[in-house]
Amino acid sequence: MPAIIELQGIRKSYGIGTSVETEVLHGIDLTLQPGEFAALIGPSGSGKSTLLNIIGLLEPMTAGDYRLGGISVKGLADDDITARRGDMLGFVFQFHHLVPAFTALENVVMPHLIRDGKVSDAALREGRALLAKVGLADALHKKPAELSGGMQQRVAIARALARGSALVLADEPTGNLDTKSADDVFVLLREFNRERGTTFLIVTHDPRLAARCDRIIELVDGQIAADRPVAAQE
Amino acid sequence: MRFEFTVALRFLREGRFQSLLIIFGVAAGVAVVTYISALVEGLQGNTIQKTLGNQAHVVVKPREEVARPSLSATDARIARDVQPRAQRLRSIDNWSGLLPLLERTPNVVAASPMATGAALALRGEASKSIALVGVELERYDRIVDLSGKAVKGVPRLVAGEAMIGTELARDFGVDVGDRFSVQTAVGATEVFKIAALVDLGNRELNRRQVYVGLRSAQSLLNVPGGATNIDLKVAELFEAENTAALLRRQVDMEVESWMQTNAQLLSALNAQTISTLLIRVFTSIVVVLGIASVLVVSVVQKRKEIGILRAMGATRRQMTQVFLAQGAIVGLIGSVAGTMLANLLLWLFSTFVKGSDGQPLFVISLSFNLAAGVALGATLCGILAAVLPALRAARLDPAQAIRI
Ligand SMILES: Nc1ncnc2c1ncn2[C@@H]1O[C@H](COP(=O)(O)OP(=O)(O)OP(=O)(O)O)[C@@H](O)[C@H]1O
Ligand SMILES: [Mg+2]
Repeated sequence: MPAIIELQGIRKSYGIGTSVETEVLHGIDLTLQPGEFAALIGPSGSGKSTLLNIIGLLEPMTAGDYRLGGISVKGLADDDITARRGDMLGFVFQFHHLVPAFTALENVVMPHLIRDGKVSDAALREGRALLAKVGLADALHKKPAELSGGMQQRVAIARALARGSALVLADEPTGNLDTKSADDVFVLLREFNRERGTTFLIVTHDPRLAARCDRIIELVDGQIAADRPVAAQE
Repeated sequence: MRFEFTVALRFLREGRFQSLLIIFGVAAGVAVVTYISALVEGLQGNTIQKTLGNQAHVVVKPREEVARPSLSATDARIARDVQPRAQRLRSIDNWSGLLPLLERTPNVVAASPMATGAALALRGEASKSIALVGVELERYDRIVDLSGKAVKGVPRLVAGEAMIGTELARDFGVDVGDRFSVQTAVGATEVFKIAALVDLGNRELNRRQVYVGLRSAQSLLNVPGGATNIDLKVAELFEAENTAALLRRQVDMEVESWMQTNAQLLSALNAQTISTLLIRVFTSIVVVLGIASVLVVSVVQKRKEIGILRAMGATRRQMTQVFLAQGAIVGLIGSVAGTMLANLLLWLFSTFVKGSDGQPLFVISLSFNLAAGVALGATLCGILAAVLPALRAARLDPAQAIRI
């Protein structure tokens, strides 16, 4: 089975061609195997979000090679990149980022609507089951504004897993939550990883949570400073 | 397209106040355009109908006799000597041979020979100068529907019968069934019984027109078997001049279209049409700018959502179409509302604006074509207005959009 992601010499510069051109990532090599549950840590401004966005095909890299599911994304047209993103990747962001005009269930099945132009009964069933799994069986038809932060984040997790994403990228998914909610969310991510074999890459500032992952990748000043497995525990 | 329309509708519903505002703007624009167009259409239709109600669309006449260059000086003197002979009406003697050709001409739907000239109507002591018109009623009806204008009596032009204008009847103090005589410059006289009174919708005509059978007029005007002109009706009014031009090449006669004889009216109508067009264009521009400005704001507000949807697999094209769909929806709803508003305005106009006789000034109705045309135009305006915001929405990288 090929690695789910393979990064080689990834560089990223902002403000190219202007006086404020700065390189944020200075050659990142990183490989994630299917089913891994990894934490990405590092000081603020070290480039964690930038790296996650590049892996998530949300912005282009400046140099380097990136293979997603064994296939290089270099030189792909925007539509192909979008298709690969929709097929393989799920996102959980710090500020939940649900679409406020749609209910919890509609948000969860949105990837189906986008890709197929319709939401099949099977997709709806899957959406309900996912929401039930994250403990929101009673909130299917609530709009995001009617839900607490922790609940919104759980909707976002359910959405990231719709259409069976192979890799979920989470950028400080618990950063905006109280300790209890953060813990619940983390446990959920871990459960999905165990039950479905979904690969996770989680940016976090919380060393306690990072320690509960299988692997910790540390980014400092746009370079990988450390990459170590966490001793099996529990 | 389900995704695009679903999201477009939700976005519109979410920004309820903004959406209502642009829909109202579109509706106002559509109402103005529709109302003005229907009004001008009605006004022009009314004017044309009034003008052409008593007039043939195309008239075929014998050529004016011009001084022939071949005439020698002596001939010219002789011609001057025989001046009185020019009084004799010029006529088309072979009109019955000409009719089939005229009727076969494209766009021509009816042809009617006519013998017409000045005459005197006499009754007792009174005499009036009149326009004597000899026609075959059945044919002539197809040109101007003379029978339909009869207000009293039975429209009929058998030998010895006449139909006369209402004003003339009043001036003469005669009525249906009464008799009067007609005398012409050539000295012929004939007595007619009044079969019907006609209202030609114009006081001057009502005072002068006397319709008789073609044969009677021929002998009174001394054009035996001839016609002084042939009236034509065409299907496409504004093609009349082209039809006339075609005929000019085919027959050695003078052919005049209503568009020549009413050149001034025609330029007035053109001016109206251009004014209406200007109103349409400027209203459309205002509507487009209005929709565009609101959608541009909406794109900025929705930046993050655009990013999220892109992250979930929505393509640039899909996001573009979400905003195009918003423009189309706003244009469509606005044009439906605007059409209803225009109908209300038109109803108010025809209910409260009345002529001196208590009748509406003229009939205006909103034709389906006009309404559909304006609605289509407004929807296209909506889509056009959405193009720029839509392209902006699609241009962003998802990461840029989400990062605020
Ligand atoms: N769009 C951009 N234009 C210019 N510079 C940017 C842009 N995005 C990020 N940067 C810069 O890149 C560097 C890395 O930013 P990034 O957001 O990846 O850091 P981070 O590790 O996620 O930090 P934090 O922990 O605070 O979220 C920072 O110096 C930031 O200012
Ligand atoms: Mg960050």
